[in-house]
Amino acid sequence: MTTPNTRRRGLARVVPAVAAVLGLSLVLAACGGGDDEGGSGDGGGDLSVTFLPKNLGNPYFDASSTGGEAAVEEFGGTFKEVGPSEATPDSQVSYINTLTQQGVGAIAISANDPEAIGDALQEARDAGTKVVTFDSDTNPEYRDLFVSQADAKGIAAKQVELIAKAIGDEGKVAILSASANATNQNEWIKLMEEDLAANHPNIELVETVYGDDDDQTSFDKTAALLQKHSDLKGIISPTTVGIAAAARYLSDSQYKGKVALTGLGTPDQMREYVKDGTVGSFALWSPEDLGYLTAFASKALIDGDIKGEEGDTFEAGKLGEYTVGENGTVILGEPLEFNKDNIDDFNF
Amino acid sequence: MSTATPTVTTPAPPPPPSTGARVRKLLQARETGIVLAFLVVLAVTTAINPSFLFSKDGWRDLFLTPSILVVLAVGQAIVIITRNVDLSVGSILGLVAYATGRLFVDTGLPILVVLLLGILFGVALGLINGALVAFAKVPALVITLGTLYVYRGVMMSWAGSDRINASDIPSGLLSFGTSSILWIPSLAWISFVVLAIGAYLMGRTRGGREMYAIGSDPDAATLYGLQKTKRTLLAFAASGGLAGLAGVMYVARYGTISSGAGLGIEFEAVGAAVIGGVAIFGGSGTVLGAAVGAYLLMTINRGLPILGIQDFWQRAVVGLLIIVAIVLDKVLKDRQHKKLLAERDAA
Amino acid sequence: MTSLIHPSDTSTQPRARSYRDHQRPLWQRILFSRDLAVWVALVVVYLYASATVPFFDRPITITYLLLDVAPILLIALPMTLVIITGEIDLSVASTVALASVSFGVLYDKGTPIVLAAVAALLVGIVCGAFNGFLVTVVGLPSLAVTIGTLALYRGIAVGLLGTTAITDFPDGWTDWARGRIGESDIPSIMIPFAVLAIVFIVLLHFTAFGRGVYAIGLNEGAARFSGIRVERTKLVLFMLTGVVSALAGIYYTLRYGSARGDNANGMELQVIAAVLLGGVSIFGGRGALPGVIAGVLLIGAIGSALRLADQTADVINIVTGLLLVVSVVGSSVLGWVSSKRRSRGAPDAPSGTTQSTPPQPHNNTTLTDPDGPVGEREREDR
Repeated sequence: MTTPNTRRRGLARVVPAVAAVLGLSLVLAACGGGDDEGGSGDGGGDLSVTFLPKNLGNPYFDASSTGGEAAVEEFGGTFKEVGPSEATPDSQVSYINTLTQQGVGAIAISANDPEAIGDALQEARDAGTKVVTFDSDTNPEYRDLFVSQADAKGIAAKQVELIAKAIGDEGKVAILSASANATNQNEWIKLMEEDLAANHPNIELVETVYGDDDDQTSFDKTAALLQKHSDLKGIISPTTVGIAAAARYLSDSQYKGKVALTGLGTPDQMREYVKDGTVGSFALWSPEDLGYLTAFASKALIDGDIKGEEGDTFEAGKLGEYTVGENGTVILGEPLEFNKDNIDDFNF
Repeated sequence: MSTATPTVTTPAPPPPPSTGARVRKLLQARETGIVLAFLVVLAVTTAINPSFLFSKDGWRDLFLTPSILVVLAVGQAIVIITRNVDLSVGSILGLVAYATGRLFVDTGLPILVVLLLGILFGVALGLINGALVAFAKVPALVITLGTLYVYRGVMMSWAGSDRINASDIPSGLLSFGTSSILWIPSLAWISFVVLAIGAYLMGRTRGGREMYAIGSDPDAATLYGLQKTKRTLLAFAASGGLAGLAGVMYVARYGTISSGAGLGIEFEAVGAAVIGGVAIFGGSGTVLGAAVGAYLLMTINRGLPILGIQDFWQRAVVGLLIIVAIVLDKVLKDRQHKKLLAERDAA
Repeated sequence: MTSLIHPSDTSTQPRARSYRDHQRPLWQRILFSRDLAVWVALVVVYLYASATVPFFDRPITITYLLLDVAPILLIALPMTLVIITGEIDLSVASTVALASVSFGVLYDKGTPIVLAAVAALLVGIVCGAFNGFLVTVVGLPSLAVTIGTLALYRGIAVGLLGTTAITDFPDGWTDWARGRIGESDIPSIMIPFAVLAIVFIVLLHFTAFGRGVYAIGLNEGAARFSGIRVERTKLVLFMLTGVVSALAGIYYTLRYGSARGDNANGMELQVIAAVLLGGVSIFGGRGALPGVIAGVLLIGAIGSALRLADQTADVINIVTGLLLVVSVVGSSVLGWVSSKRRSRGAPDAPSGTTQSTPPQPHNNTTLTDPDGPVGEREREDR
């Protein structure tokens, strides 16, 4: 190599090598990376279920993983949660590949993109791993089963019903969504648009903005929405991050109590805003139950009790019996409506 | 080929006062330009939608939205003036915000003590950057790129998946974050105080002038006997401390702290400084310019939806702005350089 | 930040080769090169992880690893040359996204896929040319320019597609992007990479153009006076970076079967971290491609091992950052120590510098040496 001269001697040049090896060995030693917890590696019949949420550090998925862990403990399997720090499909693919190598029994994943992670999931299934999507689906051919929080029509209809009730069935509303590519968000928004057009002619949907499921972005987008549409009557935010940020903005703005807010949120985040009158009511299913059901669905697949075909039935612990619907979809149930009368009965 | 400062035939680094005065005048002109741009944006958006400025919330957001970025941009300007750059500010912001939140949750310390600890933590993180840059003689870009990863990683592994919610933060701090004093939000007042102190230190004290000297010609400054190591350390400590303060402000304003707090804001901070006329190769620009740059950036961000531009295009507009700003700088600088040469030849 | 951001900065180290380095036999020069050290690190990490991390020793690990790092490997090639000239390009990941989106949108509108790919490559060339134009013709610092174009190109990419992702690319193409060479474990994308790697290695290490690249990084003024077309070289390098980023964007789109505005978010930092880890000096003028390739693979292997050991993204971030800082600081400190030792031990050692700089007007020609404090060099010269 004809590199220009450097004045460093051998010792200095070995630094990166030493650093890399030391760093890796320290990390692996500190984290007990040496012990094998990847299951038996043949993928068949071992009850290891790994949850792969859209991203880590998201309270909604913390709750679903808690439910999943409880279920896995109940049936005596091994639970694991891994995931990227940012909700992008390419980062999820690396984790799916890793799980494929480890040969886990089942992957329970909330998809960041319906298509981009499909191929990696297909490889995992070829290696004998079962794939269950929950919360946000991929295209049906890439997974064995989709555990849906509620059917999309029901969720959309519920939110439209709540906003119509809050603004007296007329006026301008806007939607504050998560990221522009979120599968489930876009489907709900489409259904809400149709529902509004068909059944609520006096409500006008003026804009949909995207807060990227980021607290700060959602907060600032709420501010911009109210700036732009001074006669806005209501905001629907079908994402837990968005609705909390929007409520926080509204609660100390001039619009408090004047602009209605509804959507999907967790009771813990929304408690104070319901009590101080910023928010009248909102809806959600229990994310813990969603994780719980997902884990049991994974178990049923691993055990071979079900194939993911329409009409298959399986037991989901405390939740009772569930039946697989069309397109390999299992529906958790109707969304719950939270308001100041019942919000204190829930803790998640 | 121009150097960062008008050079003179003698090797003494401080430029003679006459050119100094002229440089200052030019810089003032530069800042006037950004202020004008800011006013134009404000006028146009307000014309389209009066509530952008003339509603209670519009007025408040005008000052509140940029306040965190102003603090970061002032710190970034100080570092860039000394011919360095600090890419780790977003990660410092996040780490300090989380640490502050944890202190509120786990200890019963009074708010002011926690705030001071947060800023000190930021200073410590900044000093790590500064020490690595100053003692190891490694470019700041590499070091702060590394610490961007490290600090963010530390925060994420510390936070894990438990985030801090508004209910964990003392209500006194949260209401301070949204309160106003004399019709101006309290957080904006903090950013004004930071700006005033920064402007005084950089523009009116010996230490500040030494930073400009080091940035415009490090070798000459060293030969002249300026303490480059000390000044570099100070610049990074200032940037870290201000990022720490920004982290505390973040807690006061947003209440919830997730592992994504401050992600990617470092590019906005560098962008604000560059738009504000702080030359990326050091030695020129002012913290005031950087602050106005932050105002311009954030106001455009808020104004675009009102102008009917889809919010997806906001980043493109910001990028275009940065490019226009540095091209404009270059044109001004070349013109000034020619003028100085002509004057020298005339003399 | 020295030459990186100042077009006429004299504090780069215009060092001619000193004889001392050539007194050492060839085997020693190869043995103690930075490139080899990174390769050794890569092998050691691989062996260590194979021994301690379950499932790491399987061939499939290599397949996934190469698939994951392929875009970074591709972009690191031209990026190395750009950094050796003392410039930098932070807009590469945004160019990847813009090329990915252009490719997707055109294909979606019914353009034949080959034409769409060519158009995406052209978009990359235009992106690179725009960077290069601002840096060379207008004379702006590349760091500031590419921070601007990072936001600009990403903004256009996100703006063009809005909420949608374009999927449904032809199976033949996506299968190729995910496929392997025959029955081996090596992904197909490694074929174009190998071709490009050879082209870039020849270009950098065995042509006059490549020697010009080093010369510019070592001392731009001297390079200009010795007849190297500095501006043209830099413009070409930025355009190469653009077109290779676009190629990585097409690969990205096909591998994930999805054209999105947020593709390759944050990848610019990974590319630069890998290049610097591979022994390229951010001051310009120093570095070699084999080390860079090892650097990319090293970061990829560590990430892969940590994921298999059930570590999450945060630990991988910490290790990547520490690796970068320790490798750069460590070699800097040790280099400084050994030069101290040498200057004491060899009183009449040949000077490390020959001042080949022509006297430039208005420039202080005191030279700093990033490996040692100012002043140390002067003493050596006396």
